[in-house]
Amino acid sequence: MITSAIIPRPLARLPWRLIFLVAAIAGFGLLVLYSAAGGSAQPWAVKQAIIFTVFLGIAIAMSWISESTIKAITFPLYGATLLMLIGVEALGFVSKGAQRWLELGPIRLQPSEFMKPAIVLTLARFYELVPAGEIRKWRAIWPALLLLGVPAVLILVQPDLGTCIMVGLCGVTVMFLAGLPWWIFAGPAAAVAVAAPVAYSMLHGYQRKRIDVFLNPESDPLGAGYHISQSKIAIGSGGIWGKGFLQGSQSHLDYLPEGHTDFVFATMAEEWGLVGGVLLIIAFGLVIRWGMRVSNNARTRFSQLAAAGLSATIFFYVSINLMMVMGLAPVVGVPLPLVSFGGSAVMTVMLCLGLLMALERQQRTVSTIT
Amino acid sequence: MNQAKRFTSAHQSITFSRRMMLLGGAQVGVGALLIGRLGWLSIAQNAKYQLLSENNRVQLIPVPPRRGWIIDRNGKPIAINRASFRVDIIPQQLTDGPRVVATLTDLLKLPPDEVDRINRELEHSRGFQPVSVADNIPYEQYAAITVRLPELAGVAASRGFSRFYPGGSAVGQLVGYVGAASAAEYEKEDKNPLLLIPGVKIGKEGLEQSMESTLRGQPGGQRVEVTARGKLVKELDPKPDRSGGTVQLTIDADLHEYAARRIGDQSCSVVVLDVTNGDILAMPSMPSFNPNNFSDGISTNEWKMLSGDDHLPLVDKALESLYPSGSTIKPSMAMALLNAGIDRTQKVNCTGAFQLGNHTFHCDKRHGPVDMDAAVVHSCDVYFYSMCLRVGAEKLSPMIRSMGFGEKFDLPFDNQRYGTVPDPDWMLRKYHRKWQGYDTVNMSIGQGMVLINPLQLAVMASRLATGKRVVPRLLKNKPVVPQTQLAVDEDHLNFIHKAMWGVVDHGTAAAAKLPLDGIQMAGKTGTAQTHNLSASERGDYTSATWKLRDHSLFMAFVPFDKPRYAAAAIVEHGGFGAAVAAPLIRDTITFLYDKPKAIAALHSFEESIGGPLEERAARKTAVWRAANGLPPLPPTQV
Repeated sequence: MITSAIIPRPLARLPWRLIFLVAAIAGFGLLVLYSAAGGSAQPWAVKQAIIFTVFLGIAIAMSWISESTIKAITFPLYGATLLMLIGVEALGFVSKGAQRWLELGPIRLQPSEFMKPAIVLTLARFYELVPAGEIRKWRAIWPALLLLGVPAVLILVQPDLGTCIMVGLCGVTVMFLAGLPWWIFAGPAAAVAVAAPVAYSMLHGYQRKRIDVFLNPESDPLGAGYHISQSKIAIGSGGIWGKGFLQGSQSHLDYLPEGHTDFVFATMAEEWGLVGGVLLIIAFGLVIRWGMRVSNNARTRFSQLAAAGLSATIFFYVSINLMMVMGLAPVVGVPLPLVSFGGSAVMTVMLCLGLLMALERQQRTVSTIT
Repeated sequence: MNQAKRFTSAHQSITFSRRMMLLGGAQVGVGALLIGRLGWLSIAQNAKYQLLSENNRVQLIPVPPRRGWIIDRNGKPIAINRASFRVDIIPQQLTDGPRVVATLTDLLKLPPDEVDRINRELEHSRGFQPVSVADNIPYEQYAAITVRLPELAGVAASRGFSRFYPGGSAVGQLVGYVGAASAAEYEKEDKNPLLLIPGVKIGKEGLEQSMESTLRGQPGGQRVEVTARGKLVKELDPKPDRSGGTVQLTIDADLHEYAARRIGDQSCSVVVLDVTNGDILAMPSMPSFNPNNFSDGISTNEWKMLSGDDHLPLVDKALESLYPSGSTIKPSMAMALLNAGIDRTQKVNCTGAFQLGNHTFHCDKRHGPVDMDAAVVHSCDVYFYSMCLRVGAEKLSPMIRSMGFGEKFDLPFDNQRYGTVPDPDWMLRKYHRKWQGYDTVNMSIGQGMVLINPLQLAVMASRLATGKRVVPRLLKNKPVVPQTQLAVDEDHLNFIHKAMWGVVDHGTAAAAKLPLDGIQMAGKTGTAQTHNLSASERGDYTSATWKLRDHSLFMAFVPFDKPRYAAAAIVEHGGFGAAVAAPLIRDTITFLYDKPKAIAALHSFEESIGGPLEERAARKTAVWRAANGLPPLPPTQV
C-alpha cells in the first residue's frame, strides 16, 4: 500500500506491489514476444499488450467485489460454466469434430478456462457449508468428487488433457486444505499408479505419443519428440547469460515450435539465459507467495480455501508449463501465464488475481469495521 | 456452540495451517527443482546444446569435388570426367510443381517410373536440396530446357561431370566402375551428406573402389543459415572444395587395350610385366563389362546378360581366377631338379607312357630318349615324372614357390586369389593324408593340386628371366620393391633361358616366333586339363564342348638374351597351349617393339573373327536380346 497525500485513497489502497510484479512479468513477456516475432511488435506483442491491459483493468475492478457477492455468484457461475462445457461438447458432436470453444461474436470463449477458478470457489464454498464435525464423513466427500469429476471428464473428452489435469489439481488442492482424511488422497494416488497403464491405453493417439516421447524424447527427435528436443536445445544453448536479445537462433529460425505460445519460456531462456529464467521463476514465486499470504491472513473459511486454491491455480499453471518445456513432464499443452501469447491463460490468471485482490481487500476493510 | 464442535473447529484450523505449510513447502520444492533443472540444462549441458543449436542453424550445401583421374604410365587417361548436362529441381523455388514436372516430362521424354520418383522426392525433400530430374542428357534437350528456364521456376539446368573411360570394356576389370551410393554405403559412411547429392558417384568395384579415398577429394560447401523449413536466411563464408587426386598406374594404356582386343572372343587374361622393376604394363581380362554403361546405372537386362555369360565378364581373371599351371611349371621344375643335383645331360626314355604302381601316366607323344633340354623344348611329361620322383616333392615345392606360384602380391584389389603349391606338409594339414608318389607325378607337370592365377604365371616368367625376385606393382607412386637374388645358379639360369628359347625356336611354340629382327622370345607352353577326355576327344577341339576343353597357357620373356619384358596368358578352354595362348603373346610382345606390324596383325585377326570389339559386342547383345524376347536396342548416341 502506498500512503501519500496526493494519491486518492481508493488508488492508494490497491496492492501496488503485486500489480507492479505482474506488470513486470507481462512486460518481460512482451519483450520475448517481440523477439519471437523476429524483432517486430506484430503480430503478437501489441495484441498481447492490449489483452493484458484489458484483463489487468478487469482484475483491479474485481478487487472491489465483496466476499459475500463472490459467495453468492459461486454456484451460479459453476452451473453456467458446466452448461457451457456441455454446450461445447454438443456442438462438437453436431459438427463431428473436437471443439474447445464457443464462438460468441468476435470472442472465442473457452469454458474450460473459467472452470479453473470456478471449481476452486465452488469447493471452497462447499466446504464452508460443511460443519467442521462432518468433514471426515463420506457425505463431505462424494459431493465434492461429483462437483470436480463431472467438469474434469467433460474437459478430458474435448480432448484437453492439460486443462483437465489443472482443474483436477486445483480441486484436489482445495479438498486437501479443507482437511479431508489422508486416505482420500493417498488411496487414489496409489490407484493412479496402478491404473496408469489402463488410462494410457484410453488416451488419444497424439496424447499417448506425447507421453511415450516424454519418457524418451531422443527416440523420435524429428517426430513427436521434436518439441521437447528443440526446447531443451534452446534452453541449454542459452547458457548463463543467454545469447542476447533478438539473437536466439532456435526461435528465429523456427527450429523451436510454438516458440510464442507453450514454449515461450524456451524462447526467453535462449536469449536471456539462466539469469532471465531464474528471475522469471522468482517473480512468479513472489506472486504465488502473495496469494498464499492472503489465504493465511484470511478470517473466513471460504476466503482461506479460495485464496489458497486460486494461488495454487497460478502455481500449477507455471510449474506444469515449465516442467513441460524443460523435459520434466509430458507435453500437455499448458501455456505460461502472462508470457505466452494468447488471451485465455491471461484471462484465467487475471480472474484469479482479481478474486485474490478482492479477498485481500476484505481482510483490511473488515478489520477496520470490527 | 457446544464443547465438541469448538474442539473440531480448532482442530480444523490446525489441520489447515499444517497443510498450508505442507503445500507451501511443496511449492518451494517444485520451484527449486525447476531452477535446478534450468541450471543443469544451461550450465552443465550448455556445451552439448550449444553444438546442437549450431548444427541446427548452419547447414552445409556440399559442393561435390571433381573425381581424380586415373592415368597410365605415360599420362594417357584411363578414367576421366566428361562434361555432362543435368537437370534438377530446387523445391524451394518451385511455384507450380505439377505444371513444371509435366513440361519436363514432355521435353525430356521421361518414362512414367521416373516421373513417379521425381514427385516422390519432391514431397520429401528439404527446400534447398536439389531433386535430380535427369542426368547425362543430350545437348539438344539441355538447350531446349535452357531456353524455357524463365517459365520453369525452380528448375536448374547445369553442366556437371560424368565418369568416362576411353578404353571402354578393355579397362573394365582393371578400373571397376562408379555409381550412385546405395543406402548401405550411405549408412557405412555415417550418413555423409555428399553421397546424397544428385550426380555424385563413388567407386563400386576395382581401382575406382580401392582408390576411392584418393580419387574422391574433399567436398567443399556453401555454408548457409537456414530455417527449420529449409528456407535460406543468409549465406555464410563458403568452404572451398578440393578435387580428387590423380592415380597413375604402371599400365601402358595402348598395350593394355591392344592385348584386350587381341584376346578376341576368348575368355582370357593377359599380363605383361617390365622385369626390371615389376611394373604391370598390361593386365586385361576379357570379355569384360563396359564401365561407361555402369556409371549411369545399368539396366536389369544388361546385368542379366553379363552375369549369365559363361565367359565370366564380371570376373577379373588375372587375379581372381585359378587354373592348373600345366606344363608352364616345367622350366621351374627343371631349375629345382638342377638344384637337387640332377645331371641335365642324363636321358630318360619316353615311351609315351609312365607306369607308377598300377596307374599309367601318359605323355602327349612318344619322345624317345630325352635329356633335360629336349624335355623342356618338347614338353615331355615322362622325363619330369621320372626325374621328379627321383628327387622328391620336398625339394621341388620351395623352388616353385620362390618363382612366384602361390605368392600373395600387394595390389589394390580386394578379391585376389592366390592358389596353391602343394607339398607333403600341406597335404597332411589340408587333406589329412600322406603325400604319395602320384602326387609328385601330378605336380611335376603342373596338374593335381597346383593352382595359379595369370599374374603369378607372368611373375614366374620374369623371375626365370632375371633370376631375381621381381615383385609386381600397379601404382606408380608405390616404391619399387628391391629385387633380391633368388637361390639359383647362374649356369642353371643360362641353361633354362636357352631351353625356353628352344621352345619358341624349334619346340612346341615354334609357331609363335616374333616377326622381328634381332629380338627373340623365350617361353613355355602349357595345356591344363580340366576334364578327363580321351586322347581322340582332346585332339579334336571343334567337337568337344567348350566347357570341357583344356585351358591354353603360355608364358614368355623377351629378348631371351637380355630380358626386358615378361608376359603370360591363360585362355580358358582354349585348347592346346601353343595354338591359342602363344600367338596371342607373340602379337602383344610385337606391339611393344613394332606397333604398325602388331596393329596389322590385329586387323587381320579381327577380320577373321568378325570385326572389331565394339561391333562384335553389339552383335552379341542383339543376339542375346532376340533370344530372350527383348526388342532391339536403339542406335547408341555418340
